[in-house]
Amino acid sequence: MIRYVGTRLLQLVVICFLISVAAFLLVHLLPGDPTLAILGPNDTPSARATLLKQLGLNHSLVVQYWTWVKNIFHGNLGVSFLTKQTVSNALSVAVPIDLELVIVSQVIALVVAVPLALVAALRPNKAFDRVATTTTFGFLSLPTFVAGPLLVLLFAVELHAVPATGFVRLSQSFGSNLKSVILPSVTLAIGSIAVYYRLLRADLISTLQEDFVTMARAKGLSTPYIMLRHVLRPSSFSLLAGAGISIGTLFTGAFVVEVLFQLPGIGYQLVQAIYARDYLVVQGMALVAAVAFVVVNFGVDFLLTLLDPRVRRG
Amino acid sequence: MVAADAGTESVLAIEAIPGATGAAPSRRTGLGALFWVCAGWVALMALLAILAGVLPLKAPNFQDYSAVNVGPSVHHLLGTDDLGRDLLARIIYGSRVSLVIGFAPVAIGLAVGGSLGLLAGYRGGVADSLLNALSFVILAFPALLAIMVIERFWQPISLLKLIVLFAIVAAPQLFRVMRATTLSYAGREFVVAARATGATTRRILLRELLPNTLPAAASFALIGVAIAIVLEGALAFLGLSVSLPTSSLGNIINAGVNNDNLTLNPYIALWPSLYIFLLLTALNLMADRLRSYFDIREVKL
Repeated sequence: MIRYVGTRLLQLVVICFLISVAAFLLVHLLPGDPTLAILGPNDTPSARATLLKQLGLNHSLVVQYWTWVKNIFHGNLGVSFLTKQTVSNALSVAVPIDLELVIVSQVIALVVAVPLALVAALRPNKAFDRVATTTTFGFLSLPTFVAGPLLVLLFAVELHAVPATGFVRLSQSFGSNLKSVILPSVTLAIGSIAVYYRLLRADLISTLQEDFVTMARAKGLSTPYIMLRHVLRPSSFSLLAGAGISIGTLFTGAFVVEVLFQLPGIGYQLVQAIYARDYLVVQGMALVAAVAFVVVNFGVDFLLTLLDPRVRRG
Repeated sequence: MVAADAGTESVLAIEAIPGATGAAPSRRTGLGALFWVCAGWVALMALLAILAGVLPLKAPNFQDYSAVNVGPSVHHLLGTDDLGRDLLARIIYGSRVSLVIGFAPVAIGLAVGGSLGLLAGYRGGVADSLLNALSFVILAFPALLAIMVIERFWQPISLLKLIVLFAIVAAPQLFRVMRATTLSYAGREFVVAARATGATTRRILLRELLPNTLPAAASFALIGVAIAIVLEGALAFLGLSVSLPTSSLGNIINAGVNNDNLTLNPYIALWPSLYIFLLLTALNLMADRLRSYFDIREVKL
């Protein structure tokens, strides 16, 4: 076990290093000079040279990379040339928004998917199962940039139930905060609902064939009790694996949702920074996002190994 | 398990989990009418996109200020947008980008990644380990993020550049599928028997292994097409796909959301959304049918 965790941790460190190199190179090797964007109309050769020196861009790539990484370990990701705000400051605004989006959307997805799957799996291929399975299959074909506008149209434009865009901080007002994140979260949840429902249903159906379920029935236990106490737990491994996998979906989804609803999360700020060629912000945010993505994947893998020893041997 | 990016590659990996799909129908029933209806739909959409220049469509970028935001009518079957452009023409021309980005990179990825996977899975060795590690590294990086950053600094964005970037993302995934399936067949009796009779490696790969591994790869490739279409749509929605005024479906949806258009004329966003929904449903259903027909369940990524 320790050996396994050690190997995986080492892999994690190597991948994080590669990601940092990639994030750095992506911005530095590709054509397009950041000084042009900064200087704008004041672009003269001497001004450019001064600026290059100021930003440390006159050094070799290796030196630049080294300086960047060294500063990261001191908690300094650089300063946006556009807003003059530090990147870590921008992140402290963005990260709570992303966390809230992810948590609320996953809670919604589980609250919808788990009961649906429990009811559907009891009578496979009967009316309820067919309706639920077909509907969630349709959800698979609703990417966030399709589902989001549809939900805005229905709940914000037609029903005026919630505001279409804008973000209110949790610290400002709980009610308004909830209203501002509910549509984006539902948009993100749609894909997750489909994935969770399909995985859980399939696992539940196969668990229901097990002898211990027949045994529980023979003891005269009620169906809800059997489903919740005997069947749900052994059926939830794929669900957990699915949660790990849907991080990828959430990742793309979050970018689109944040731009659509104008929530200043990492995705929104990153898109803005990419437009403005604010390279330190792009570099820093891309690094944080990619490392978060890899670390969460690692965490889910680790949890799966703890719960199911077969994964370790496989 | 490393979920690559961005999008629905999730779906790809999920379906690889044993038992994730429903009950496998019997082989006798064939692929079923639904599969062919879906295939026909995709073919029809492709045909419309190819023949867009020949069909009696309005010019996709022509702005008719006497017909701004009109609803569906005989003159404009799907109505017009806020600049008086015909929505039917815009969607059909816009679908060209989606379909090319959907199919071309996956075809390249299948050719490159798939053949490498077949070879690596059969031969093993150092090259196999290296390719395997490389595919993990590429898949560990969130694709949408990488593509967004690269293309923004690699201006101007052309269709060809996007295809290259998407192919780089698609190839490792198809490599992994092909390699895993090949590994599961490489030790089977008929392969050993073929080797014992003195068959060349080339013959074993093409005649013994490929026919067995292709269905899984094809099914995953269909999901890959859906993923690529979603990814391009998301990029276009963020304004980072091929540059305007070449409309792409994601651009049209984005235009339908901006400038209060959702209130003024919801059709602008609705029609392309419907198009994408139907296309993705057709692709997902086809992949699902292929999977249950060939009983592909044991692929471990």
